[in-house]
Amino acid sequence: MTGTPSLAKSRPDLPFAITMSGICKRFGSVQANDAIDLNIASGDIHGIVGENGAGKSTLVSILYGFYTADSGQIKISGTPYTNNSPADSIAAGIGMVHQHFMLVPNFTVLENIILGHENDRNLTRSMEQARHMLMNLANQYGLDVNLDAEVGDLPVSLQQRVEILKALYRNAKILILDEPTGVLTPQETEQLFDILRSLKQQGVTILLITHKLREIMAVTDCVSVMRGGRMIAHLDTAKTTPEELAELMVGRPVQVQKQWHQTQTGAVVVKVENIHLSNADNQNLLSDISFTVHAGEIVGVAGVAGNGQSELLNILAGITAPSAGAITYHGHCITAEAPANAQTIKALGVAHVPEDRHASGIVLPFTAAENAALGYEDNVSHGYKNMFISPQQLNARCANLMQEFDVRPPHPDLKSSLFSGGNQQKLVLAREMSASPSVLLVGQPTRGVDIGAIEFIHQQLINMRDSGCAIILVSVELDEIMSLSDRIMVMNNGQIMGMVNRSDANVKDIGLLMAGVQ
Amino acid sequence: MRRPLPAWVDISIMPLINIAAAFVVAGIIIALIGENPLTALSIMVKGAFVYKGALGYTLYYTTNFIFTGLAVAVAFHAMLFNIGGEGQAMIGGLGIGFVVLSLDPILPPLLVVLLAIPVAAIFGALWGIIPGWLQARRGSHIVITTIMFNFIASSIMVWLLAGMLMAPGQMSPETRHFAEGVNLAQIHHIANALGWPMARSPLNLSFGIAIIALVAVWVLIWRTRLGYIIRATGHSEKAVIYAGHDPARIIIITMAISGGLAGLMALNEILGVQERVILNFTSGYGFTGIAVALMGRNHPFGILLASLLFGALYQGGAELDFEFQTITREMVLMIQGLIILFSGALALMFVPTAERIYGLFSAHETSASDPSKLGKDRQDG
Repeated sequence: MTGTPSLAKSRPDLPFAITMSGICKRFGSVQANDAIDLNIASGDIHGIVGENGAGKSTLVSILYGFYTADSGQIKISGTPYTNNSPADSIAAGIGMVHQHFMLVPNFTVLENIILGHENDRNLTRSMEQARHMLMNLANQYGLDVNLDAEVGDLPVSLQQRVEILKALYRNAKILILDEPTGVLTPQETEQLFDILRSLKQQGVTILLITHKLREIMAVTDCVSVMRGGRMIAHLDTAKTTPEELAELMVGRPVQVQKQWHQTQTGAVVVKVENIHLSNADNQNLLSDISFTVHAGEIVGVAGVAGNGQSELLNILAGITAPSAGAITYHGHCITAEAPANAQTIKALGVAHVPEDRHASGIVLPFTAAENAALGYEDNVSHGYKNMFISPQQLNARCANLMQEFDVRPPHPDLKSSLFSGGNQQKLVLAREMSASPSVLLVGQPTRGVDIGAIEFIHQQLINMRDSGCAIILVSVELDEIMSLSDRIMVMNNGQIMGMVNRSDANVKDIGLLMAGVQ
Repeated sequence: MRRPLPAWVDISIMPLINIAAAFVVAGIIIALIGENPLTALSIMVKGAFVYKGALGYTLYYTTNFIFTGLAVAVAFHAMLFNIGGEGQAMIGGLGIGFVVLSLDPILPPLLVVLLAIPVAAIFGALWGIIPGWLQARRGSHIVITTIMFNFIASSIMVWLLAGMLMAPGQMSPETRHFAEGVNLAQIHHIANALGWPMARSPLNLSFGIAIIALVAVWVLIWRTRLGYIIRATGHSEKAVIYAGHDPARIIIITMAISGGLAGLMALNEILGVQERVILNFTSGYGFTGIAVALMGRNHPFGILLASLLFGALYQGGAELDFEFQTITREMVLMIQGLIILFSGALALMFVPTAERIYGLFSAHETSASDPSKLGKDRQDG
């Protein structure tokens, strides 16, 4: 199975839609792509999986013309092809839907689609021409979207459709999708896959970059696995399993999903009552949030990104003050009238692994040792009023944490930005868990983290729970919520849509709650 | 192929290359006006270090640059661009004036001096706190406010020195002389008293205070909790809030320290040399401090070296002006300008070339034990 460079084509009459051979790309001392060979059959949905840093994005960026390969050859439908810019790729029939959409929010759908491709100097006329073409496209592929709606008003799933339409309007015969499901509910993901299948029927070749193995299994025909800048394997999706893919990605056997098990819960340690938050424009970001968390329990907060989970986490951690309501930790009440800062809340035994690791959780230019003390400066300082920081204590503390949490490489004086996402996150987790908190707030613990580290981080969270810690877990990865939580709280538009016991939960119902259907 | 430079090259070799480039361009210009650049260079070096009293003058200028350079550097660690060193130094001098003029008739000189030193820092700090507060609590940009506060300080000085504080029966805008002995002793006086003959120069005890300040700033930034939080604030305010600190408070404290250091510059000029408060005693040292901090990479040791360089340029440049008919004071300013240009604005100009050269020499030893490989995960989105 490994090392087979080509697969039986589903349509032997056509040449490969994309042939990449011997692609190499270096960034400084890092070989991001090392002699990559990739053949993609016309009309296939082809998945590329790999951990962060495996070289997927580099490869796709070379194909789309953001980077030029150091060596190697690309052929599109059998003809050799050199691309120097995304414009060349568009001309060659390659379209790309980026992870972060490239849309002008205050333009209408139509305006966004024709931007840069106006057929006529007269805007009205070119809009009418485009409208006509787009109606046809929408009918052909089942891509319904109101062409006159402002993009900023559309939900993300429709914005994604606009991106796909935009590519098709530019005559894309090959469509690259980079992590397309990160912002979607399970139902929306299914709808996207239906669209992809219908595009495939019409002969569009699709390249899907993702780290979600479930999606690879659900929608692709073939899958290529990358690891450490190399292409490790090409497989027929029908003939492989998620376990095999995960093992190929990591290079050793891994447990893809933790099996959830019931445990004994203790007394209520967190009580949240009627939390409200409104912004400067008096819009409600959070309304009437109330729930409790027991010792020895993980409450998972599920929801599509941007539905108030981040704000809730910040309020619980003392970073934002709520507009109204109260939070009680172990009987210590924090109200909107008497808010507490992060330091005070920490003193109540609450630790916080923030959602945005790079902005909040660590200071990137700091050394690992310095970051291991962020928010816990008391543990490494001495002298009058703990005024001085001792580098010995700083390093010793960090070295301990690194050993305990298997942070690699174990060098406390290395700059934090030089660690991989997984190791940065392990360091944050180590720092927060080392305070032996009774309440742990965790946001997106495995975002940008490789599979090997995910396994480790999940195990640490479960161990904390089993030792009696109350954990509030915010994650946009529903799989993560499902495999860790004892209870699942679903949020939509700043409100709690439902609280479901894990034993009664299923993905379909939670997906509906995430979409705001009660 | 380019390879990132190791830290020691970045700190030591690159600034030297930049300075060399500035000297080459300056040399071309000197050659164009018909003088020998090498002769000019040798006079400059002799003028800064060799002639009688030259070193004393160089170190006297260095003192000013250490204080103003440190002021800029401390603020910069919190990502605050304090352009207001000039004004803060003026107000520091004013503080010295207030203390000395009101107390020298009644208190012994030593006590007056010991009081004046902290007051110089406190006055400078107050002049830094106001823009700091405006930035932290009201969002007024520190660059704009500190520039405006330079003008305000300058106007206040004119108003007071031409009015209330002007020496009675005099026409020039300056205060009366301080009482006998109210000063920071000049080094050549001390040396001569100890029996070591030394040429006259304005170098005084504030040089020692500057050295103490260098060490203190190093301790503050790299060895204290406050310094740690100041640096964190500079890199990520969000992380500081997350850690439970108030970045607004840190900004105000940082600007107080920064302003205080700039205020101490007045010790050198007012207590060390003039022994009265005069107008414009700061003569641009506050602004040059920005270049000093930039060149010294905001590290006290780098600032010491950069201050020495600028001190030597000031003193050697004056000598150049003196020796050559064709080379005027403006010409010397141009050479200083070139150094600021090459080591400040164009500081990174030679880095890509240097990285390529470094890459050629170290290509064969890259593969196995390369710490930068650890960063590879960031290449991928």
